[in-house]
Amino acid sequence: MTELLTLLLLLASLPFFLAGTLGLLRFPDLYCRLHAVTKADNLGLGLVVMALLFQADSWRQIVHLLLTWLLVLVAGATVAHLIARKARDDGHQYWRR
Amino acid sequence: MSTFYLGLALILLLTISIGLVRVLRGPTATDRMLAAQLFGTTAVAILLLLGQATDSPAIRDVALIIALLTAIAAMTFVRRIDIDKATETQGQNSHD
Amino acid sequence: MIHPGPIFDLILMTTLITLAWLLLAGKDLFRAVVLFISFGLLTALAWVRLGAPDVALAEAAIGAGITGALLLVGLGKLGSAERCRRTVRPATALQRLTPAVLIAVIIPSVAVILLLELRQLKTISFGQQKLVLSLLDISGTDHPVTAVLLNFRAWDTLLEKGVLLLALTGIWSLDQAHPLFHQEPLSPVLKGLSQLYLPILIIVSGALLWQGSYAPGGAFQAGALLSAGILLAALGGRSLPSYWPGLPLRLLASCGLLVFLLVTALTLLTNELPLNYPQELAAVLILLIEIFATVAIAVILAAAVAGGHPAERHKHHSPSPEKKP
Repeated sequence: MTELLTLLLLLASLPFFLAGTLGLLRFPDLYCRLHAVTKADNLGLGLVVMALLFQADSWRQIVHLLLTWLLVLVAGATVAHLIARKARDDGHQYWRR
Repeated sequence: MSTFYLGLALILLLTISIGLVRVLRGPTATDRMLAAQLFGTTAVAILLLLGQATDSPAIRDVALIIALLTAIAAMTFVRRIDIDKATETQGQNSHD
Repeated sequence: MIHPGPIFDLILMTTLITLAWLLLAGKDLFRAVVLFISFGLLTALAWVRLGAPDVALAEAAIGAGITGALLLVGLGKLGSAERCRRTVRPATALQRLTPAVLIAVIIPSVAVILLLELRQLKTISFGQQKLVLSLLDISGTDHPVTAVLLNFRAWDTLLEKGVLLLALTGIWSLDQAHPLFHQEPLSPVLKGLSQLYLPILIIVSGALLWQGSYAPGGAFQAGALLSAGILLAALGGRSLPSYWPGLPLRLLASCGLLVFLLVTALTLLTNELPLNYPQELAAVLILLIEIFATVAIAVILAAAVAGGHPAERHKHHSPSPEKKP
């Protein structure tokens, strides 16, 4: 039962990772690429962590996994904000249709 | 089951390899730094999967460290002193 | 059933080699720096696949974090004129022929040698593993890598600490440390993140140091994490009080080597063999050496990112808020 759940969650995370990379390559602007990188990949990682939680052996492992994901979330959000702020201050052009 | 983990890790590694194109192409330096951030997150996912496939808590420690440290390179990038900008007057082209 | 393991390794190898080529042969240095950070991340993956989590920990801590920051800071100090390498065209016929000839000679000969040696791959050799595992009880730790690094081959680790200190001396003799970062008002997000991360980094570094006695970890990894913490504090706008540059800093940077030398001297005096720990004290001595080594490595790496020797203290001006010693 848990194996099936793990399998499903891992399969569900795959499109998010692919979307993140696709967005990085194909979006027209720096600011759009920021969305792809931080949001999509962090969600994909969250699904992977959730999948592995069901396979965990001990509480220590669960806390370890959750801490890793939380740190990636915080780092991703902060870095996205800082990079966007610096790009705007440097005068980076916005993409208009 | 571990074959499945490895297979997923393989696909994630391919996304890193493809994402390298952005580092090579990205018109500005910020684009390149962005890709490095992506690689960090994906590397954490790969390592978590590898750690589960080989049942090794040490690999999960490596994932934790990468999660902690990718932010540092990006933050240094944001706050670094760029000699060109320091000597240019305000409002010039962004010479990233 | 296709095994994804070898395919994973193959793709990893190809990506690593391509990355290395691109970052060495490209013109733009900033692109090379970002490629180098990615190279560090992928090398950590490679170490994991090779079954060496200790090295993977060190590679992740140093390659993904500190080296990236170090290169970015250094690159910022170069002007844009130096940031794009000028390509120098080979002039004479000899200069044009040499790379082609070398490649045409070296690659086939290396390939032939490797193919001839493939026959040896059939026998798996374990190296010194059995010997180390048999001696693990008397070494003072439960982890074979730590036992080798800090007991059986402690001489090498002692010299490593000396090499680190020498590297710092070299960096300090080149230049004076300039302010690393902009003096602009800090984003509160950055300050908040550095306040959040710093305790976590200190705790994880301590955990890595402690678990080095029974699991992958140890002084080097913990020290690298701690230096990332110091760098993070500097990024968040903190600066050390003005009396720190000077003796306290130099003492902290050299304490790893000094404590190690002290232990060597003591064992030399009592046992007539240097670094021959008495059995009952082995664990304690190893922990002692590792604690001071962690602090020293952290200070040395952070000072290396600062990029120069601290300003002289007799210049009594108030230090600017972002000045790193």
